[in-house]
Amino acid sequence: MPNVITYREALTKGIREALIDNDDCFLMGEDVGAYGGAYAVSKGLLEEFGPKRIVDSPLSESAIVGLGTGSSMVGLKPIIEIMTINFLLVALDQLVNHAAKIRYMSANQYSAPFMIRTVTGGGAQLGATHSQCFEPWLASVPGLKVVAPSSPYDALGLFRSAIKENDPIVFVEHILLYGSKGIVDEDYYEIPIGKANVVRSGDNLTLVAYSKMVPLCLEVANSLEDQGIDVEVIDLRSLRPWDKETIINSVNKTNRLVIVEEAWRSGGFGAEIASTIQEEAFDSLDGPIGRVGGLEVPMPYTSVLESQVIPSKDRIITYIHQNLNT
Amino acid sequence: MALKNKAVSNKTSNSEYFELLEKMILIRLFEDRCSEHYSRGNIKGFLHLYTGEEAIAVGSISCLEEQDYVITHYRDHGHALARGVEPQYAMAELFGKSTGTTGGIGGSMHIFDSTKNFAGGHAIVGGQLPIGVGLAYAAKYRNTGAVTLCFLGDGALNEGEFHESMNLAALWDLPIVFICENNLYGMGVPVEEAVAKKDIFEIGHAYDMPCSRVDGMNVLEVKKITEKIIKDVRNGKGPYFLEAQTYRFRGHSMADPSMYRGSSEEELWKLRDPINLYWSWLKENGYAKNELDGIYEKMNTVMDQAVEFATESEFPAIDDLYNNIYFENAG
Repeated sequence: MPNVITYREALTKGIREALIDNDDCFLMGEDVGAYGGAYAVSKGLLEEFGPKRIVDSPLSESAIVGLGTGSSMVGLKPIIEIMTINFLLVALDQLVNHAAKIRYMSANQYSAPFMIRTVTGGGAQLGATHSQCFEPWLASVPGLKVVAPSSPYDALGLFRSAIKENDPIVFVEHILLYGSKGIVDEDYYEIPIGKANVVRSGDNLTLVAYSKMVPLCLEVANSLEDQGIDVEVIDLRSLRPWDKETIINSVNKTNRLVIVEEAWRSGGFGAEIASTIQEEAFDSLDGPIGRVGGLEVPMPYTSVLESQVIPSKDRIITYIHQNLNT
Repeated sequence: MALKNKAVSNKTSNSEYFELLEKMILIRLFEDRCSEHYSRGNIKGFLHLYTGEEAIAVGSISCLEEQDYVITHYRDHGHALARGVEPQYAMAELFGKSTGTTGGIGGSMHIFDSTKNFAGGHAIVGGQLPIGVGLAYAAKYRNTGAVTLCFLGDGALNEGEFHESMNLAALWDLPIVFICENNLYGMGVPVEEAVAKKDIFEIGHAYDMPCSRVDGMNVLEVKKITEKIIKDVRNGKGPYFLEAQTYRFRGHSMADPSMYRGSSEEELWKLRDPINLYWSWLKENGYAKNELDGIYEKMNTVMDQAVEFATESEFPAIDDLYNNIYFENAG
């Protein structure tokens, strides 16, 4: 039976299930306890599971990510909440130099099977230091896995898979999606890590996106449909590993590809996709691969400027018309 | 100069005394062989030798139980050998061979042996500290009684991860002992030019963490204090911060000719060579006669075999390159 819940509720459900399923699983982070999480994802969990399983940590991102590595090396299953992906920067040493390397460098004697949950994205008028999208950086690191759900259904399904992962996985939530509603199955389901999702089928153009850009691309597709352009929308779901086959299959059909990302275009994930697709599906392309991304500025606070930086429906549509002669 | 210790504890047996000596000599000779084979080109990369600091690893690790964890920094050969990592596997690792502790993947700075609960050499200064806190957190979470011995150098004191880790360990009463090996230099910078606190061990006070200083050239002193600390930590008294004062007899790494410190300083410290001090003590207290040459001979044979093993071992197969990045290709 389908059930309409929010993205936030889907995440809470996933965490709850994990805590019930495994006594060695605990949620640790800044204000995840009595406060209920900065974005209210862990609300009620302290009351239900107690302070051993829902652990308020000091503002020590580096130490709690390292604690995630160390404690998972010897059998615990930590879920480490980093309040925003901007704060994860101060823990990058622990994540990139240590968590991502421990299985390889120890020749499989140790591993770090824990999850980092964090929050990406702009649009909440939080200014330059609180509105960034760093998940493409993390997706360039062998040893890490990175997923970024775009809907309540995906948030729950990906969470259930992510918690079973045997390696460090960064679970990237979007600041503006927590209140979004969607249908989830009552019956248990999982969504595999590393598989993209064709969320809308079309024949004339492929749009690839992840997280908050997916619902935006669906709006774009609906508008373009009125103009006689049939758009296929692909939700990457996972950034590492990422599913090039689904994109290649789509491009073989549509012959046109535009990647939409909220992060900066420079050195971004769209560049990675574009490069790979031109290498592997060049003959299917009727024109250059397009990229729409965040403007190359630190995020301004005021809304009239902030709204210029993040890709909008109009900007994507204009880009498609100007660059693809459609 | 001689050690002043009386017998460490009534538990220490004659053979245990010799085990301490053998371990220190093993480490000394291992590092000598590393130096030799670095010069010959059999060992590459960064090579940081533990020569001169042997008493700290040997004295402290000798107090551990099997279930306890050891985690350390990049100058990790001494801790690994003290914990019982086989010298031939460690040497093979340095030679980059498939028979090494991690099959030639980790190298000198990243020795691991999970069978000994040796949770690694970690080469980003201070990076091992939060992980050590995690090991201790797991022990407390599961109430296993395991203690984590977490080594750091004086350079790590100035990293943010040190503060975060000390705070978490103290805040949550974790069963962890931080042993700061103060060898007076962070690469070439004297510790007094890098750390504002003069008496380093007192940094523990900032976290309400019990702390003290020990002569890191005196293996018996190290053993004695660590035994007491570990007993307390295991009994739930929370973490401990121990400063062990020592001196590395060689440069920071093989690339370092130590031009920043005077040879007279080096000579003075060499008078306090932990192996010679301990040997004198053993003789004076009637535990030893003239057997030191014999121990060197025995340990040299061990090292001959280790080098032979490393030399004759195969390099890993190119196909191994992608193994163990993820669980899906582990094994």
